[in-house]
Amino acid sequence: MSDSPALPKAAPGMRNLARTLEIDTRLLGMIGAFIALCLVFHFLTDGRFLTPRNIFNLTIQTVSVGIMATGMVFVIVTRHIDLSVGSLLATCSAMMAMTQTLVTPEWLGLGLNHPLTAPAAIVVGLGTGIIIGAFHGWLIGYLGIPAFIVTLGGLLVWRNVAWYLTNGQTIGPLDGNFQLFGGIGGTLGETWSWIFGMICAVAALYAIWQSRRNKISHDFPVKPLWAEIALGALVTAAILGFIAILNAYQIPERRLERMFEARGDVLPEGFTAGYGLPISVLLLIAVAVTMTIIANRTRLGRYIFATGGNPDAAELSGINTRMLTVKVFIMMGILCAISAVVASSRQTFHSNDIGTLDELRVIAAAVIGGTALAGGVGTIYGAILGALIMQSLQSGMAMVGVDAPFQNIVVGTVLVVAVLIDTIYRKRTGD
Amino acid sequence: MADTIDRSGTPLVEMRDISIAFGGIKAVNHVSVDLFPGEVVGLLGHNGAGKSTLIKCLSGAYRMDAGEILINGDKAVINNPRDARRYNIETIYQTLALADNLDAASNLFLGRELTTPVGLVDDARMEAETRQIMGRLNPNFQKFSAPVSALSGGQRQSVAIARAVYFNARILIMDEPTAALGPQETRMVADLIDELKRQGLGIFLIDHDVHQVKELCDRAAVMKNGELVGVVDVDAVSVDDILAMIIAGKKPQMAA
Repeated sequence: MSDSPALPKAAPGMRNLARTLEIDTRLLGMIGAFIALCLVFHFLTDGRFLTPRNIFNLTIQTVSVGIMATGMVFVIVTRHIDLSVGSLLATCSAMMAMTQTLVTPEWLGLGLNHPLTAPAAIVVGLGTGIIIGAFHGWLIGYLGIPAFIVTLGGLLVWRNVAWYLTNGQTIGPLDGNFQLFGGIGGTLGETWSWIFGMICAVAALYAIWQSRRNKISHDFPVKPLWAEIALGALVTAAILGFIAILNAYQIPERRLERMFEARGDVLPEGFTAGYGLPISVLLLIAVAVTMTIIANRTRLGRYIFATGGNPDAAELSGINTRMLTVKVFIMMGILCAISAVVASSRQTFHSNDIGTLDELRVIAAAVIGGTALAGGVGTIYGAILGALIMQSLQSGMAMVGVDAPFQNIVVGTVLVVAVLIDTIYRKRTGD
Repeated sequence: MADTIDRSGTPLVEMRDISIAFGGIKAVNHVSVDLFPGEVVGLLGHNGAGKSTLIKCLSGAYRMDAGEILINGDKAVINNPRDARRYNIETIYQTLALADNLDAASNLFLGRELTTPVGLVDDARMEAETRQIMGRLNPNFQKFSAPVSALSGGQRQSVAIARAVYFNARILIMDEPTAALGPQETRMVADLIDELKRQGLGIFLIDHDVHQVKELCDRAAVMKNGELVGVVDVDAVSVDDILAMIIAGKKPQMAA
């Protein structure tokens, strides 16, 4: 992390270049820090860190916190905080686990692994998230209780509601289809991963082209064409490179054998297959794109940032800031439910301690990603990158063999240092 | 202001018997003022006299406890800023009410964003419109992509003014529009007020500066301790008369 101000501090020529290309220097700094971190761990682990297998694991470990971090950006941007996300995740997870192990198979008599079970469980989970989120938002927006207090209460309440619902038991195994969202248990396979990668690359290129055309039609200055092409090439390379890495992680032979056996086939000699893109990562990408569109291209997003920047101005502009608070917390609730799907299916069961301390990881991810606690400033991609940096740090240290207490000491220190660097950076650039 | 205002027709705005209290304090106590098309009415008084509070009932920021507001002779219901905007009432607040983290275009259209057919905000079109109106109001304005926190006081002021002017205001409320401005920018605001008057807008101007009120306004309404001292034709009274109204609450003999 200590590398992040290196880029902004670089020669003015560099900064001018970045400005011409309209590249966010903070983003560059974060990516630089992330790459540096990966290289250091790669070196310290004798080349075990940047392997397809570890990158695959890193991405699926990041998903749950990453999804919630995107919602936390909106919460923090509107000058609130949510300390209850880990507990909310647990309650959503408990509700979904009860739905798929008790309600649908026994009460509704659908039996185990019925095709309707997973959708029903997810609907129940989302509903739980929406209701609790709306309730938090109402307490904060309409009754004027500080978000810190409401969600501190929520931290205790929902953790123990989950406990009460399940009697503290571990509930599993979860429905087979539900478990597809868990990461390694549900991937797209090589072909579909490539197809998805291509679609993403085309969509990204189209977005770049569209925004250029839009600017030209209004006679706004545009970046030089070569920069536009370079950016497009870079984005395409990044997307396809990521897919290639995930595809390169081979499914172990024994597992392939079992998969073929399940279909009544025999594994052909020399057959190999890569995992490809995990469905949970697909979910994170979908969430990230949706949340980015909400943030940048919708009135809702505009109002969220305006309210964070100046609540009085937002209100005088006719924005219903109370209802806005409810909406922000509903979004947070939905994202907790989605994270609950990923987290519980990744461990194939619901456990009583699921999501414990996630609120801190989520807040840390958002803050490392450049979300200012004073409100009004934050990006979705920053939060996800923040989650990725946190996760890399954690699992990298585990791989190096750092003692458990030191791991948390380092993570805590990094959080504080990251915010310090960000504060200095903002002061220098006057942002 | 030498031009004579035709006050024979229906007033553009009539605020009748407005009262509003906070806790036990009567911030505005049975105050009535009116405003005709093409007229600038100054609201004067000490800090805490109730002038800003009165005007916030018109802009929808506060809800009055008693009284009624008539727009063009019809009773108007104004419960929030959105309602006020529906009656083409625009307000330039003393604090400017800008979201510092957003750029000029986002602030100008805040709450009234232009959207594309699919309902997404159309930033490019909003910026184009902003460039156009800023070209008229403040041709030196260039920082369209910077957050307004990076702008100077005068530039911020012009964003706030542009916001009020862009949406075809018929009634404009200006709360100390020149308090933070240099002489040149103050001149700009004065010119703008003249132009808007010619277009037939009615303007409420809240100000501390008696000389400025004498120069810019047609009539002056003076408030003290939440009550209306009186409304005078600025050309018919002297600066001292107005000061006496503000300080002593004494209404001059020949008031209009």
